[in-house]
Amino acid sequence: MEVSEGVPAQSLSQIKHIILVLSGKGGVGKSSVTTQTALTLCNMGYKVGVLDIDLTGPSLPRMFGLEKKSILQSKDGWLPVSLPVPEGSNGSLSVISLGFLLDDRGNSVVWRGPKKTAMVKQFITDVAWGELDYLIIDTPPGTSDEHISLAEQLRWSKPDGAIIVTTPQNVAVADVKKEINFCKKVEINILGIVENMSGFVCPHCAACTNIFSRGGGERLANQYSVPYLGNIPIDPKFVEMIESQGSSNVPLSDMYQKSSLFKVFQPILRKILDQNCPSRIA
Amino acid sequence: MTVLDKNSGIILTEEARKPQDYELEHPKAEHCPGPESENAGKGDACDGCANQTVCESLPKGPDPDIPAIVENLSNIRHKVLVLSGKGGVGKSTFTAMLSWALSADEDIQVGAMDLDVCGPSLPQMLGCVKDIVHESNSGWTPVYVADNLATMSIQFMLPEDDSAVIWRGSKKTSLIKNFLKDVDWDYLDYLIVDTPPGTSDEHISINKYMKDSGIDGALIVTTPQEVALLDVRKEIDFCRKAGIKVLGLVENMSGFVCPNCQGESQIFKPTTGGGAALCEELNIKFLGSVPLDPRIGKCCDEGESFLDSFPDSPASKAVLEVVEALRDAVGDF
Repeated sequence: MEVSEGVPAQSLSQIKHIILVLSGKGGVGKSSVTTQTALTLCNMGYKVGVLDIDLTGPSLPRMFGLEKKSILQSKDGWLPVSLPVPEGSNGSLSVISLGFLLDDRGNSVVWRGPKKTAMVKQFITDVAWGELDYLIIDTPPGTSDEHISLAEQLRWSKPDGAIIVTTPQNVAVADVKKEINFCKKVEINILGIVENMSGFVCPHCAACTNIFSRGGGERLANQYSVPYLGNIPIDPKFVEMIESQGSSNVPLSDMYQKSSLFKVFQPILRKILDQNCPSRIA
Repeated sequence: MTVLDKNSGIILTEEARKPQDYELEHPKAEHCPGPESENAGKGDACDGCANQTVCESLPKGPDPDIPAIVENLSNIRHKVLVLSGKGGVGKSTFTAMLSWALSADEDIQVGAMDLDVCGPSLPQMLGCVKDIVHESNSGWTPVYVADNLATMSIQFMLPEDDSAVIWRGSKKTSLIKNFLKDVDWDYLDYLIVDTPPGTSDEHISINKYMKDSGIDGALIVTTPQEVALLDVRKEIDFCRKAGIKVLGLVENMSGFVCPNCQGESQIFKPTTGGGAALCEELNIKFLGSVPLDPRIGKCCDEGESFLDSFPDSPASKAVLEVVEALRDAVGDF
């Protein structure tokens, strides 16, 4: 299926909102923020889809505890992998990632640009998402093939915008500035900036150390006049929760709801929802 | 030398504005023999592929620039790549510290090359973010941070600090070629190459263009948690496929000592055993682990050498041990 001028991809036609998660810098927590956004929305009773276009380093299957699952093909396209949700919940969560297409988790995907471009296009046009309230798109670091292709593919699809993730130190902020300029260039709305890994509370003495300094995200938001959504501290419990989900029968969304980061993340997401982006479906 | 294209807002260097080696108009077909291969345009998969004519007309055989690259890099004794599948684990930090540590010896000439085209960090960490690259008839002169420490990065060519370099892979490839062919490094004992995360154009290209000059090997950087190790596994797989020797692995950000109470915590918990277990599993050398120290990030932001500023810190000692182990691994005693 080609994306023709002025017409959004058919596969996205039943999706109300599309949100991108971007950052110029790697390892700042794009996938963590994607995971938390998806889980929080799912807990609120929304139908959420998550698309991972980090092709050479897909992290989402691991984040959602879905490693070793595979994508099935139906007559309408690829079927995303669903995450179990608590009984009685209206929400749903399904994921598409290149990680599901690899035979072995250690296999590398050594692709040049054109191949990545083709894959991004397939991920946008060939997935049978069905009805969704939110589609969250996680991206790799940088401003290259994946990003250009994504911007091209979504050009007519009216995404709500992008959540920009940064860490507080200058070295990260410098790269994130480039990503903001990229968004401006390709006319992607910026929903706001989240500062991740901002401070670590010592479990022994409760003193907070700013391992990667502090305040970089907020300064950046002021400098570029974009909304500042808030900061997320380093919480080793989150990593622990992700890593231990396989050994517990409690659905991840339940575990997340009880974790301390849920309280931190809720107001951040609230600031996005309060922007009242119009639904893509008339 | 650099131009901001007013229409697209994209930064173009002189070289990058020249025609590309190739630019496929359509996505590659499945079982594509590869546009660089001898069979390009002639394979079974090529019949009916929209790229067939483009591929068939491409120049075949070895890249004519490779001998020029070999010539340009012939005065460099050791070439080390710093790799990691994962972003933000400290590749650039480690490249910078490695460069500082090696160049502490006045008799050792060190070059640090930044291949991260979309997110260059080395200039900031080496404290030369405002410098620019000069061009002479012997090529591009790298930026000298110290008498015996030179560096090269796309950052030196940007009109503004925050200019986005919105380039597809083929353009990045041609810049990398220029970095290898046209930078006048003169004589170097070490060339340390910092790379972006992933296993894509930059990685394929650096290996392709530098292979004939002899790459000593790769230093792999990781953090302890499995989400990072997962991507690092892929990078090691890439090294094996590409025939790059893995010199060893260093685990960064392992453990944090609270400056207030000296209590230790595992911020990025090694739930699957961390870097050491991965090394054992894949049979590669574990070079050591470097603890998290907030002062490292601060030094990077200010472009100072952490090793000079805090020589007695546990992190400095750990880094120096890794540097020694690395020198042993490349056979430099």
